[in-house]
Amino acid sequence: MISTLNLLVGLAMGLNLVALGSSRLPSLIRTVATQGVALGLMPLLLESQHLDWRIVLVAVATIAGKGFVIPGLLTRAMRAANIEREIQPFIGLLPSLLLGAGGTIAAVALAGSLPLLPEHAGLLLVPGALASVLTGFILLIGRSKAISQVCGYLVLENGIYLFGLLLIKATPLLVEAGVLLDLTVGIFVLGIIIDRIQRTFDSLDTRKLTALHE
Amino acid sequence: MNSLLLIIIPLAGAVLAALWPDNRTRPWLLPAVGLIHTALCFRLLVVPPPVGPESWLGFDPLAAAVLPAVSLLYLVCTVYAVPYLGSRQERPNRVFVASLLAVLGLLSAGHQSRHLGLLWIATEAVTLAAVPLLHFNNTPRAFEATWKYLLVGGTGIALSLLGSFCLGYASLYGGGEGNLTFVALIAQGAGLSRPWVLAAWVLLLVGYGTKMGLAPMHTWKPDAYGEASGIVGAILAGGVTSVAFTAILRIRSVVDSAGESQMAARTLLAIGLFSMAIATVFLLGTRNYKRMLAYSSIEHMGILSIGASFGALGVWAALFHVWSNSLTKGALFLCAGNIRRAAGSPSLADVRGMAHIVPRSAALFVTGLFAITACPPFGPFFSELKILGAAIQTGHAGAAAAFLVCLLFAFFGLSRVVFSVVDGRPRPQPKTVGKNFRETFGFIAPPFVLLVISLFLGLFTPFILQNTWTAAVAQLFPNP
Repeated sequence: MISTLNLLVGLAMGLNLVALGSSRLPSLIRTVATQGVALGLMPLLLESQHLDWRIVLVAVATIAGKGFVIPGLLTRAMRAANIEREIQPFIGLLPSLLLGAGGTIAAVALAGSLPLLPEHAGLLLVPGALASVLTGFILLIGRSKAISQVCGYLVLENGIYLFGLLLIKATPLLVEAGVLLDLTVGIFVLGIIIDRIQRTFDSLDTRKLTALHE
Repeated sequence: MNSLLLIIIPLAGAVLAALWPDNRTRPWLLPAVGLIHTALCFRLLVVPPPVGPESWLGFDPLAAAVLPAVSLLYLVCTVYAVPYLGSRQERPNRVFVASLLAVLGLLSAGHQSRHLGLLWIATEAVTLAAVPLLHFNNTPRAFEATWKYLLVGGTGIALSLLGSFCLGYASLYGGGEGNLTFVALIAQGAGLSRPWVLAAWVLLLVGYGTKMGLAPMHTWKPDAYGEASGIVGAILAGGVTSVAFTAILRIRSVVDSAGESQMAARTLLAIGLFSMAIATVFLLGTRNYKRMLAYSSIEHMGILSIGASFGALGVWAALFHVWSNSLTKGALFLCAGNIRRAAGSPSLADVRGMAHIVPRSAALFVTGLFAITACPPFGPFFSELKILGAAIQTGHAGAAAAFLVCLLFAFFGLSRVVFSVVDGRPRPQPKTVGKNFRETFGFIAPPFVLLVISLFLGLFTPFILQNTWTAAVAQLFPNP
């Protein structure tokens, strides 16, 4: 079970790099959705010995939310706003990838220095979490389109979720609360759609959000 | 039970507002709920209810020390909201009124949360409930402000969840049973895993600091306060920030019990001074009087953080400052809202001579300026004096000097903006004048009342409040 779980965490870390290297919005959204599904399977593997309804609920909610609902909304927003599919990055794709790869290595090194309980010692969850949080930040800062920033936020959130899995047995409430973060994302996307319906907003390019400054 | 009513009544009011059919009478729900909330809150302040050590929600001394101030500010702002929304009949206010009521209920939950996870949920919910308030004007600028608020605020909220996870893991690693009430975490004390506590403190300070608006995580604040209406600015600056501040205080007492109090105090002092310095620099440069209020709010969040770094004495003074700052700042936001509507622009380039156009609002604005820049005998003077006293008593003379320098330059910045708005000859034809704004009683009385309360707090700080602050300090520092 541990090795399957680590395989999934490794997959999520690999998808981070794919997300950083995506040059088109649909592929970025698909990458993030796949990562969401991988994450949703993890609680089932982690607690496969004693599954109870709360863990199944977390898994189902995660797969549905991160894997289908939010990516679906994002795709809808992308169509509604009729935005160009090309991602115009502030930080180029290659530098992003290099940063992400360096960050992943640093995450593995840093995670080694944090003390872990014996039952968590063999898991890749902590380095996976740190690497995803970092990837999320790179996407948030380095992309100009609102939708790619939302994807960055999703990856950041996925990192936090990975870390939360360590606590799912001890304090399930805290981990379930993380579902609220998905709600934030939902509001982001709804904001885009509503705004789109009310007004013509050419490209959803956050670089045009510059009316407010000193 | 009564303490739960503080949460339930506003939330029920929000549901009622969402169902209420009439746009014109709906705003009256706001002061009605506000009045019940304030009455209940002050009753609980006078007769503190018993709080079980294991309870997740409760009107404990720390909640009693801050929540009544928020409630009072909210009540006055909602009285102002009735004529304000009356003058904006062209905009449907269903979502606005419902969100504003939900914010009050969730703020009450946040202030009373005695559980790490519940505290996070309440703060997250407040953040989301405030989104429609910012978007009320429905202009492209409001959309931009809302987007930035969500993006920066959402990231902050995400980091504070990560920090909460780290603190949870610190407890788990130290042999905890997964009980995340603050009482249990403090009891575990030195048993908490040190590296995880440090990681948690950094993440939680950044996360809740974003909500509070401490520099360098303050970037959403000028945009949000600059575009939001006066009441929303006042409630965000006085209510939502204070819930983040009490969150930081509660977490700090856990960090203290783990034996890292020196480190916590140092980071609070550094981030507080940095916030004051950044805010002062921008106050000296800003050309927009609503954004000026945001920078002033960042400055005062810095002051709170500095106060909290000076041990028990400093925390007492900081709690005092929460009251004096939120009520005084509320008056300024409401006056700025009046001036904004009379002048049609928030920019210094278009606005001057407001003393001729809206004399009462202008007079209150100037009075509020002197109050917030700590001129005696208003509340902020006395609370900042206490913070200064705490700095000197705990041997931080250098920090005290930097604090005073920042206050001085902030005064220059604020007075520059305020007087250029108030003085001079009015522009013959303001660029964009909306409907004629008249200074009716409903627009003038609320900021006036807030300034009177600020004055009262300074001159006769009620003993009951002083005792509550002392009790809150005793709760935060169980073994001095």
